[in-house]
Amino acid sequence: MSNEIPNNVNLESDQQLRRALAGWHPHYLEWWREVGPEGFDASRVYLRTAISVSAEGWANYGYVRMQDYRWGIFLAPEVMDRRIGFGDHYGEPVWQQVPGDHRKELRRIIVTQADTEPASVEQNRLLGKTAPSLYDLRNIFQLNCEEGRHLWAMVYLLHRYFGRDGREEADELLYRRSGNPDHPRILNAFNAPVRDWLDYFCFSMFSDRDGKYQLAALAESAFDPLSRTTRFMLTEEAFHMFVGESGIQRIAARTADVMLQKDRDDLFELGVIPLGVLQKYINYWYTEALDLFGGEDSSNAATYFAAGLKGRFQEDDYPEHLALDQTYELRKPDGSIEKIPMRRAMNAVLRDAYVEDCHRGLRRWNRELEHRKIDARLYLPAVCFNRKVGAFAGLPCDPWGKILRREEFERRRSEWLPTEEDRARVAAVMKPVYEPGRIANWIAPPAKGIGGKPGLEFEYVQFN
Amino acid sequence: MSEISFETEPSRYRHLRLEADADRARIILKVDENGGLRPDYLLKLNSYDLGVDIEIADAVNRLRFEHPGVSVVTLTSGLSDVFCAGANIFMLAGSDHSFKVNFCKYTNETRLAMEEASALSGQRYVAALNGVCSGGGYELALACDEIWLVDDRRSAVSLPEIPYLGVLPGTGGLTRLVDKRKVRRDIADVFVTLAEGVRGERALAWDLVDALIPRSRFAEAVEQRVDKLVAARDSGRAARRGIVLDLLNPAARENEIRYRHLTLTLDRARRLAELRIDGPAAVEPIPADAAQLGADWYPLRLFRELDDALLRLRFNHPEIGLVAVRSTGSLDRVLALDHQLHAHRDDYFVKEVLLLMRRALKRMDLTAKSFFALIDDESCFGGFLLETALAADRIYMKSSGKTAIATSVLNGGALPMPNGLSRLATRFLARPEHAARLASEASRFDAERAMAAGLVTAAPDELDWDDEIRLAIDERLSLSPDALTGMEASLRFAGPETMETKIFGRLSSWQNWIFQRPNAVGPRGALKLYGRPESPQFDWHRT
Repeated sequence: MSNEIPNNVNLESDQQLRRALAGWHPHYLEWWREVGPEGFDASRVYLRTAISVSAEGWANYGYVRMQDYRWGIFLAPEVMDRRIGFGDHYGEPVWQQVPGDHRKELRRIIVTQADTEPASVEQNRLLGKTAPSLYDLRNIFQLNCEEGRHLWAMVYLLHRYFGRDGREEADELLYRRSGNPDHPRILNAFNAPVRDWLDYFCFSMFSDRDGKYQLAALAESAFDPLSRTTRFMLTEEAFHMFVGESGIQRIAARTADVMLQKDRDDLFELGVIPLGVLQKYINYWYTEALDLFGGEDSSNAATYFAAGLKGRFQEDDYPEHLALDQTYELRKPDGSIEKIPMRRAMNAVLRDAYVEDCHRGLRRWNRELEHRKIDARLYLPAVCFNRKVGAFAGLPCDPWGKILRREEFERRRSEWLPTEEDRARVAAVMKPVYEPGRIANWIAPPAKGIGGKPGLEFEYVQFN
Repeated sequence: MSEISFETEPSRYRHLRLEADADRARIILKVDENGGLRPDYLLKLNSYDLGVDIEIADAVNRLRFEHPGVSVVTLTSGLSDVFCAGANIFMLAGSDHSFKVNFCKYTNETRLAMEEASALSGQRYVAALNGVCSGGGYELALACDEIWLVDDRRSAVSLPEIPYLGVLPGTGGLTRLVDKRKVRRDIADVFVTLAEGVRGERALAWDLVDALIPRSRFAEAVEQRVDKLVAARDSGRAARRGIVLDLLNPAARENEIRYRHLTLTLDRARRLAELRIDGPAAVEPIPADAAQLGADWYPLRLFRELDDALLRLRFNHPEIGLVAVRSTGSLDRVLALDHQLHAHRDDYFVKEVLLLMRRALKRMDLTAKSFFALIDDESCFGGFLLETALAADRIYMKSSGKTAIATSVLNGGALPMPNGLSRLATRFLARPEHAARLASEASRFDAERAMAAGLVTAAPDELDWDDEIRLAIDERLSLSPDALTGMEASLRFAGPETMETKIFGRLSSWQNWIFQRPNAVGPRGALKLYGRPESPQFDWHRT
């Protein structure tokens, strides 16, 4: 088994881990067959496979059938004499085993993170049928395989460090299903349907970016195996962000080009996606992702920080690492400020770093519009808009943070969030394109290809 | 905190909805986050404080009187994915000791009232857990006959008090687990130390729940199961006509709370209260449909008033150390009424009144104040009213030739204490035949005979009475209130243990001990630091 599974965790000599994986692996493959990408079992995909953590090893390109993808277990190399970087144990050596008193919290953190990985594979499973190009088709499959590998990474931690409970949790990860009414995924954004490629790009831009920030916070963890696992996952996650961000950018660019050429009456009729509809999708997915950070005032967040389980984004950049006697100022839509003890506000601190990152993407999209001298601009809605979790949950705010009367909010909801009609019209323009050198009408070609290959001309997916 | 009122009605509920059909009812918990009794905590995730529990208690009581046709009550939540997160921790952490104790006691009484409704009024309770159910939430479920849990791979039942807070599940959780559900002790040990709880098949295998219900068909499947339970019940119930329980609305003044049949007078300087019961002014015949007597019927009204007065004493007047219990009125009329109660005890309405009397008297048994019953020339302690004297720690009867008390058959077991025995049987634990004879012979006693029969503690004569009573009261009030609470609780409940006595006994010994210890409430105690950035530090010595 260890020959097939690339790893740097001594799988060949670890009896306990081999036993656990021997039970889980067949179920994983079954799960992939059942809810992995549908309709492409026979296709050979030009994929990147990690076979080691070295610079040469983690990015090997070649054609593989997805069910033969070599999902592996990799930890970033151990840092000698690594010390706990924050919280009550600041400065003590990191832990190589799970401390008994933090077992439940660590397990919960790992299971919650792990659950998102198979969920996104499930959410994407039908999108191959409407891919705008072979390049995009290949990218979604790359992401799916890597989400699968990230699940492996988390399952490794559960199997290796959490005993029987860990094995049960690992089984449950394959049992829950995105959007299933009886056994849904843990976080709601991962139960929301991803129905078209616009959903998918927004999801990769916003929801996957939440994942990046969660992983970055866990990379600071005092539990070293978690830190090393997530550090390696982050190297792959960067590409996921790129897919989402560049996808939206290419849509904006294409729409802008068509707007310059033609009458602007009905862009859907012209086979592209109006900026207003793109904006509604952004509004929806961005705010769903904000909910993923959890409540702004959270005793769990305080516990995780105090115990050294989950830090801040790039914790080293903070001037001090105890975060006691400080307060976080949460600005409310009515202009008032709520002061929250800093440790309890760690979800909000992480979210703020995320929001800033999202704005960088937004600026790139708007540059496409600026270049073409188009006045319209995309925006990110206020953090209090369309929220279901935390301090702003249920507030009837417009996207600029103004509180409305509830009737007005409900009446105008369709101005700001995708309607069924919007979705139907988006779906109507999304005709699949599977030939090298061609791309769907609604999206601009990529600036460059993958693994040194050209963007459109290369046959990223071979159908057999 | 301002004075707490224990009276409410469905139109005033802030935290739950009571929906009653002819044969079934639903209590739907949807706690108003901002509706706490104090402003220093939010009632998130259906967590509860005393205000929420008062509404639950009110709903449970009203179901018995106002909806007697109901045979199955479903307790569920109006929030998605959350049933109930238990007692609000920030409320507990911010409460003083006596409030915490009284809060736990009250919630326990509410849970026991649910169990009594099931056992004796034929109203079964079902907990339909549509989401996370932890701590006091699971204890609430444990008080139900059946627990049905949504099987969504997420929702767990848990008692995380020990791992999270360093205190016990204080509302009978541990006792009900092993005594009522008969969960094996080692499984219970694992369960109550597992902060995240147990879900799905394992919860079923460990007997922590009785059924698993798929999430997508939850409401429908619950209704189908309720249909079955309803069908298995006595079909005659549906014809019962309920009554409306109006609010008591006592006239509360600085030192007096005046109800229709009862007056509570407070002498705060002396830490002394007087609870005076006025006997019935008339005894009307009981109609064929006894429920026509309604909420104004003397015994119902009086014992609702007594219940309310006891709760006010507990929560609003912690400084009161001793309650003198008096009565005025015609002993003959009391006994005539007593006879009616016994004769019509099979009528559902009369039975409910007897059960309410029983709960109020138990509330008295469990109140941490000294009670002295004072029997003078005006008194009318007979039959059911004699129970209010027998519940007292001491009984003084004036030896004047004009005083009298009377036993009746109702003293023989219709109004048992938490230990399952009548107050007479507990009083005469060594002489059960004496206790039985006193009840069955139903005779009157002057002071001399009462002394001889062991019914009273002392019988001073007219000349000594005032001084004797004053001295006894002053002496009592000079003793340590803590020692008195412990002493009274030890002496009141002689005889066998029941689940009820275990619950209260362990609450007052273990939980109240833990509530005082630095490991829970010290500056680095687990309860104090819950939800705060710091972690608790324990003194590791076992006691």
